[in-house]
Amino acid sequence: MRFVYLLGLFFCSELLAGEGRLLATGGATSLEGAAGGGIMPWAVLAGYGERGEWGADVFATRVETGDYRLDVAGVAAAYGNRIELSYARQRFDLGTLARDLNLPDNSLSMDTLGLKVRLAGDLIYDRLPQISLGLQHKRQRDFLVPSLVGAQRREDTEGYLAASRLILGGAFGYNLLLNANLRYSRANELGLLGFGGDRRDRHSWLKEGSVAVLLDRHWAVGIEYREKPDNLSFAGESDWADLFVGYFPNKNLALVLAYARLGEIATLDNQDGVYLSVQGSF
Amino acid sequence: MRLVLFCLSLLLVACAQQPPRDDGLYRALGEEPGIVRIVEGMLLDSARDPRIARHFLNIDIERLRAKLIEQLCFESGGPCVYTGDSMEESHKGLRLTPSDFNALVEHLQDAMNAEGVPTPAQNRLLARLAPMRGQVIDR
Ligand code: HEM
Repeated sequence: MRFVYLLGLFFCSELLAGEGRLLATGGATSLEGAAGGGIMPWAVLAGYGERGEWGADVFATRVETGDYRLDVAGVAAAYGNRIELSYARQRFDLGTLARDLNLPDNSLSMDTLGLKVRLAGDLIYDRLPQISLGLQHKRQRDFLVPSLVGAQRREDTEGYLAASRLILGGAFGYNLLLNANLRYSRANELGLLGFGGDRRDRHSWLKEGSVAVLLDRHWAVGIEYREKPDNLSFAGESDWADLFVGYFPNKNLALVLAYARLGEIATLDNQDGVYLSVQGSF
Repeated sequence: MRLVLFCLSLLLVACAQQPPRDDGLYRALGEEPGIVRIVEGMLLDSARDPRIARHFLNIDIERLRAKLIEQLCFESGGPCVYTGDSMEESHKGLRLTPSDFNALVEHLQDAMNAEGVPTPAQNRLLARLAPMRGQVIDR
């Protein structure tokens, strides 16, 4: 049934899809399913639709740190360069940890539903940078392990305010993309370890930022940084950072390769790894 | 961060109003012959693009070509004066959309690529034209 919906979505978007925005301005897809960078959303909306047009993305991402593996897949659709709806499924493979500790589950899965609305501005042309407000509702599907390590709840909603600006020629003649987010969340490791904890059960204000340079219309290189809360006492939770290369051969395909520094995750430190994402846009 | 962003964009808007001080961009575009080929390439592609071709059907294309050459020459710091109508005036009644605008930008980029104009020079020209978008669309 879900497949039929997906198919429907695909065909509708094929019929009405617009290509009104410039290449790469739809960004890639973040781990939570919203259009953006890799580890954080940007203020841009999925696909390439401008006023009166649809845009949509499907994506799959894998992050491999040696001890852990995260797989994400999802879809997003946007209308009028104004409003974006997204759904993503995250699956976190506990690998080493599950073996060492004899955990009852060796993977944790989560669903994320996202809504993003462009409030003001434009990525390139307006006086104001593009400013969007986002909401994400997340639900952990395997709550046993998170609850055993102190997580307080299985599902939660979080919000973020995002600002993005492309400055033409802003980096020694190359286009410069700046993004800054303020997020209000209590998700532990995105929510993969549940929401709220024994140490802190309130939302925190978290800052996220990224800077990218577009070498030409097809290639982007950049960095991202994301603050994370620290709600669980059994292990520390590190801020995340990554260094990425994005390739946008055309308005239907994007590839992102990154080196991610994820720090300490559930007691295992130095989780550096490779991030690879493939996105199709319609 | 957002404040910095905001100030940067204000600065950008402010700078774009004055004509450029040097002719570096004019030379990067290939001076007069380069600009002629860029304008012609852009117009040919636009007239073939189903998204925007309709706008170029019943117009004085010779005049448009000539005025665009003047304008790009002037905006890039070349030895020209622009003698055409204002942007508001010349796009009145066309009801151009944001998508139309970007389609033309893409053809301009393609035409500059074909001329081998380096990416930073392309971006400099786009940065000079981008502030005119408000005077061009929705007229
Ligand atoms: C910053 C972007 C633009 C610039 C700098 C520009 C420049 C010009 C210039 C210099 C003229 C001639 C004015 C005159 O005749 O005195 C003109 C006319 C025209 N432009 Fe643009 N233009 C822009 C965007 C667009 C776009 C996006 C379209 C359509 C997709 C478009 C379609 C036309 C048409 C059809 C005319 C001829 C109108 C007529 O003769 O009735 N322009 N433009």
